[in-house]
Amino acid sequence: MFQTIKRLYHQFGSPRYFYEMTGKMQPWLIAGTVLLVIPGLIWGLLFAPPDYLQGNSYRIMYIHVPSASLAMGGYVMMAVAGVIVLVWRMKMAEMVARCIAPIGASFAFLCLVTGAIWGKPTWGTWWVWDARLTSMLILLFLYIGVMALNMAIENPQTAARATAVLSIVGAVNIPIIKYSVEWWNTLHQPASITLTSSSMAPEMLIPLLMCIFGFYFLFAVLLIMATRCEVLAREQRSAWVRQLVGE
Amino acid sequence: MADPVNKPLTTTEAPSLWQGFTALLRRDLLIAFRQRSDLVNPLFFFIMVIALFPLGIGPEKNVLEKIAPGVIWIAALLSTLLSVDSLFRQDFEDGALELALLSPQPLFVLVLGKVVAHWLVSALPLILVSPILSIMLFMDADTVLATLYSLLLGTPVLSMISAIGAALTVGLRKGGVLIAIIALPLYVPVLIFGTGAVQAASMGMPYGGQLAILATFLILALALAPVAIAAGLRISTSG
Repeated sequence: MFQTIKRLYHQFGSPRYFYEMTGKMQPWLIAGTVLLVIPGLIWGLLFAPPDYLQGNSYRIMYIHVPSASLAMGGYVMMAVAGVIVLVWRMKMAEMVARCIAPIGASFAFLCLVTGAIWGKPTWGTWWVWDARLTSMLILLFLYIGVMALNMAIENPQTAARATAVLSIVGAVNIPIIKYSVEWWNTLHQPASITLTSSSMAPEMLIPLLMCIFGFYFLFAVLLIMATRCEVLAREQRSAWVRQLVGE
Repeated sequence: MADPVNKPLTTTEAPSLWQGFTALLRRDLLIAFRQRSDLVNPLFFFIMVIALFPLGIGPEKNVLEKIAPGVIWIAALLSTLLSVDSLFRQDFEDGALELALLSPQPLFVLVLGKVVAHWLVSALPLILVSPILSIMLFMDADTVLATLYSLLLGTPVLSMISAIGAALTVGLRKGGVLIAIIALPLYVPVLIFGTGAVQAASMGMPYGGQLAILATFLILALALAPVAIAAGLRISTSG
């Protein structure tokens, strides 16, 4: 088991292997995205029963919840990539970490926008300074800081290492920020799904789970596409890229 | 035979950790006292920002009383942010930073000395004038005391966090706004509990809990931030 992980780690550490393997994986991931997100959204938006309290407005959660989950998961993934950059100086981790930031920031933004649209009919305002909204906003700010630092430094390796330090500092701070903000103000409903139990009817839950997994596939597809471009840009002087573009 | 002149320096002869820390602390304080503007500018900035709020919002006592904790804390936070840009820049430009990197003491100890000096120079004066400004914003005696305590515990954390930003951006020509974008989201917990303590005091409630949490942040920052600052400096000087 450990040997397999170690071998995979070394293989995916090579930009060329990464480029070729992800090229083969990409169609399957796109198929997974399409097969999960489209039926999940159609089921959730059209056929799932309306909520007895919120009516139809709750349906936006089929986009809102997966976005929130990915915005947070993306930051953790970026910090893990940052640790790999600092400890093992792996070139591929630098590229992946750089490509996660804008995707994660987009999901954080999507989460805030869908939350605001849902908040208008439900709470009567577009925005409330509630704990979970505010911590998502701060997560977006953290992403923006990481992106700004990465863009400001010209040397890609220095940029990646500086960004890695910042994303690790941010990841250490995220729980502190989250609990501080929660202490500060709480209005958002607590999470309905935990790992062990769910307070949701299965007709609503199954499409939601389909959307969540589908959005994870979507995240993987976007990340792979962005990272493949990054690989080509960073490795443009190497022989295999020249051969690939037919120089 | 051992050569008495070119004998390699052993670790027992190198200055101790404490000596390294105090040497850098003393040096930075000395530099600050010789360039007095560095000493007073953050202070005047702090006073002026606070004076602008009544002008912008209106002089009513009940309004100012309500926003006073936030105003004082945000002004303190911004003046920390403004002064931190120069924390490593001068040393980076004249090469002193590279000497610190090469010195036998671990970098995080030296960095801690620099940050403590920065806090003594740019944050402590501002904490000392904060009671006057608090009274101008109609706080009562107990609230003024809470402001003082919360600033004493909270501003070192702010200095530590902004020093991480300064370390990561020291090699760049334009640091200022970038440090703000990096550091401001990380200030949130300190701001929440700092203003929380003052607000609790203004309502006559106990505020020991908030101060205890601020003290926890301070201990965490003292333990962890110097490592991040040192890593940032090594990266900034390598490229």
